[in-house]
Amino acid sequence: MGQTFAQKVLARAAGLAEVVPGQIVTVRPDHLLTHDNTSAIIAKIEEDLRHYGVVRKDMPIIVLDHVIPAANEKTAAGHRRVREFVRKHGVVNFYDVGTGICHQVVVEKGYALPGKILVGSDSHTCSYGAVNAFATGIDRTEAAALLLTGETWFRVPPTIRVTLTGRLVAPVSAKDLILTIIGDIGAGGATYQAVEFHGDVGTLSIEERFTIANMGIEMGAKIAVFPADSRTEEYLDSIGVDREAYDAVWADDDAVYVRTETYDMRAVEPVIALPHKVDNVKAVGEVEGLPIDQALLGTCTNGRASDLRAAAEILEGKRVAPGVRLLVLPASAAVLRDVIADGTIAKLVDAGAVVLPPGCGPCLGAHQGVLAPGERCLSTANRNFKGRMGCKDAEICLASPETVAASALVGAVADPRNVA
Amino acid sequence: MRVWKYGDDVNTDMLFPGKYTYTCSTPDEIRPHLLEDLDPEFARGVQSGDVIMAGKNFGCGSSREQPVVGLKSVGVAAVVAESFARIFYRAAINQGLVLVEAPEAVRAYKPGDEVVLDVENGRIVVGGKTFQFPPLPREILAIRDAGGLLNYARRRLEAGREQ
Repeated sequence: MGQTFAQKVLARAAGLAEVVPGQIVTVRPDHLLTHDNTSAIIAKIEEDLRHYGVVRKDMPIIVLDHVIPAANEKTAAGHRRVREFVRKHGVVNFYDVGTGICHQVVVEKGYALPGKILVGSDSHTCSYGAVNAFATGIDRTEAAALLLTGETWFRVPPTIRVTLTGRLVAPVSAKDLILTIIGDIGAGGATYQAVEFHGDVGTLSIEERFTIANMGIEMGAKIAVFPADSRTEEYLDSIGVDREAYDAVWADDDAVYVRTETYDMRAVEPVIALPHKVDNVKAVGEVEGLPIDQALLGTCTNGRASDLRAAAEILEGKRVAPGVRLLVLPASAAVLRDVIADGTIAKLVDAGAVVLPPGCGPCLGAHQGVLAPGERCLSTANRNFKGRMGCKDAEICLASPETVAASALVGAVADPRNVA
Repeated sequence: MRVWKYGDDVNTDMLFPGKYTYTCSTPDEIRPHLLEDLDPEFARGVQSGDVIMAGKNFGCGSSREQPVVGLKSVGVAAVVAESFARIFYRAAINQGLVLVEAPEAVRAYKPGDEVVLDVENGRIVVGGKTFQFPPLPREILAIRDAGGLLNYARRRLEAGREQ
């Protein structure tokens, strides 16, 4: 009987010939990602670290990104504890404030590779499925145990097969596609399950796949994964990864799925997730004219160069509507450098944008663009939960970079196809 | 058992707002903010031995351990839900917080019903009706029985050192 991606990767990592959904396996992940929460993680195991140290010094990847630069004394002290830990224990893969959002850094520094297993103390670790990695979020305690033992357990998930046909028609983009899928499957519709993307995935760039895989968790998925193809290889070549460094895995043609869905990408329209759930998805046309106070362009979901360029194309030579604050959050320093070099940032700033440092910024409501009661933000991020941007009496709507840019110009939700 | 009843898709921001994640990590810091944006009465009123009952996809959203640590520290006996989000589910195992996936029991519950929970035997009684739920897998019970994941990991490290 054929095997899914998840079955094959987990069997290989567990040293077993075959595994079945529901089976529990013990594996040693290739990497563990932690971010600002490293400080709280190491606090749980101070004594143990003195005894045993970090099990494999090149296994953890630590990226300071969540509250950067530090917003107050407490977050500054947290960052300092992380730097001291890195020095004391010889942790190899450490990226200090300003390198970028952890998920972008893990991919662009070449840690997320086809067929590898990565876990992270952050729910959007599932992003690395964009490059054919088995990647999923865990909690802080599990991250602490992994620093000491290097191993953890997984229940082999059943898999949903999503077949994508055709290609997206600009200004419709990957965000519209994944929001459409989440609207159908539901916020908990893929819980405990893997999601594989099949079909004409070759029409999607690695950046678009990143946007899609990033939001797998918003339907409850353990992993959301694409096959490795020539575009994956070209991307990894471009960041200097040796092709010998990875061994891609993909499902057998006769693998068994719990559910199959097919989407014609040509038929996808601009959509928006309304408060306060990501699966509350409507056509942009249904809510056109809904006023906005803030527009957030960027984050780990849509903060790559292609996203910022698509928005800049719409905003070029114009100004955002009076009363609208446009915040731009590039996913990494490397992205920022590219969009400075090609003039994208100048176009955005000329349109009235405030450029924030490459990090998580206001997405989780800790600083840099917190909302006031009664305000509404249209964001390219991945979550619109009540209170997410720091205020429980504010509203967050989610959409594509194209829709956010068009709406910032109008001052209200707008269909990018109608804003020339 | 006293019951706090909530609906579907109770997410991690409702359980513990994201704005506190880098300033609150000890049980004492967490407790006052538990369920703050969902039910302001909860943190003031919760007592040891209480039960939370909820719908589908409880704990969805972020990897956020504080609600689990907080609920355990105030003595919540169990969260009974139709289903749980997976990171929350793992976090509960790792902290030793009891989660019970019993959709029929949740759907049968009416305000005022008496609830009696028997984790060892996989039984929950709601308003006089008994529902069964499956036990955790053997490998996972070993983590719970060790008193949580860190104790489990320490035992394994200790055993490795003695070999």
